Amino acid sequence: MSEAAPALEAFLKRVPYIQFLGMQAELAGDEMTATLPFSPRLIGNPALPALHGGVLGAFMELTALAQLSVLQQSHRVHKTIDITIEYLRPGRPQTTYARADVRKVGRRIANVHVEAWQEARGQPVAALRGHFLLPDS
Amino acid sequence: MAESQERIAEIAARMTTQTPQAAALGVELISASPVIFKVPWREDLVGDPDTGVIAGGAVTTVLDHACGLAIHVASPDTWGGPTLDLRIDYMRPAAPRAAIFAEAHCYKVGRTIAFVRASAYDVEIGDPIATAQGAFALNPRPAK
Repeated sequence: MSEAAPALEAFLKRVPYIQFLGMQAELAGDEMTATLPFSPRLIGNPALPALHGGVLGAFMELTALAQLSVLQQSHRVHKTIDITIEYLRPGRPQTTYARADVRKVGRRIANVHVEAWQEARGQPVAALRGHFLLPDS
Repeated sequence: MAESQERIAEIAARMTTQTPQAAALGVELISASPVIFKVPWREDLVGDPDTGVIAGGAVTTVLDHACGLAIHVASPDTWGGPTLDLRIDYMRPAAPRAAIFAEAHCYKVGRTIAFVRASAYDVEIGDPIATAQGAFALNPRPAK
């Protein structure tokens, strides 16, 4: 457990695209919450305005990858096999949060569910299910 | 028809330069028919520093973006609404430092839903790095 926080910090610092989005993450025990502070450049629909659907998908995929790096205590980036994103509500121009639930870690493949929300956890803006390739150990 | 073409060109231009996230990614419009967008390789878009390959998240965004424009092209009289779902399969990593292209085709426009397929590739579409399939809600075009 003591290795989890440094593994997460190293992961967040190593991936340039995480800085491009401005994503952050914090651990409370073994539970990780990812945060995406609002920035005008994340907008995909200026008329609403709403966050770009791709940004929400990217944020949730990175939340899954960050959670896997915590679990595996590895700073390496796991490979994404497939993701399914469900959009539930428009992403408003405000901070977005996400948590990942690692449903299964097999020998080679992990299954992860992620949910993203803004004002209320009970009203998610989007969800993601994905499979990720684990490194050979 | 000419009005449709003009409208598509206008929407394509707006989605390329006036959508903040597309501009931040550096998205370029290659073609509106078929819809092809390009994301040039950039250091700050890298998803795996061990390989220098563009992040899957950037691929997700350009695929979603291409799907949105493909709906306008297939049905200029409807306003593309929100993405309902998007499934992406990652076939193989892109080449290190390679630009990414995303091509999308809207294969069915219903009354309320449009169905779209898209592929992302670095060299040619026959050897994709990722494929996507999505459903999008449609909003009726407001009366003028």
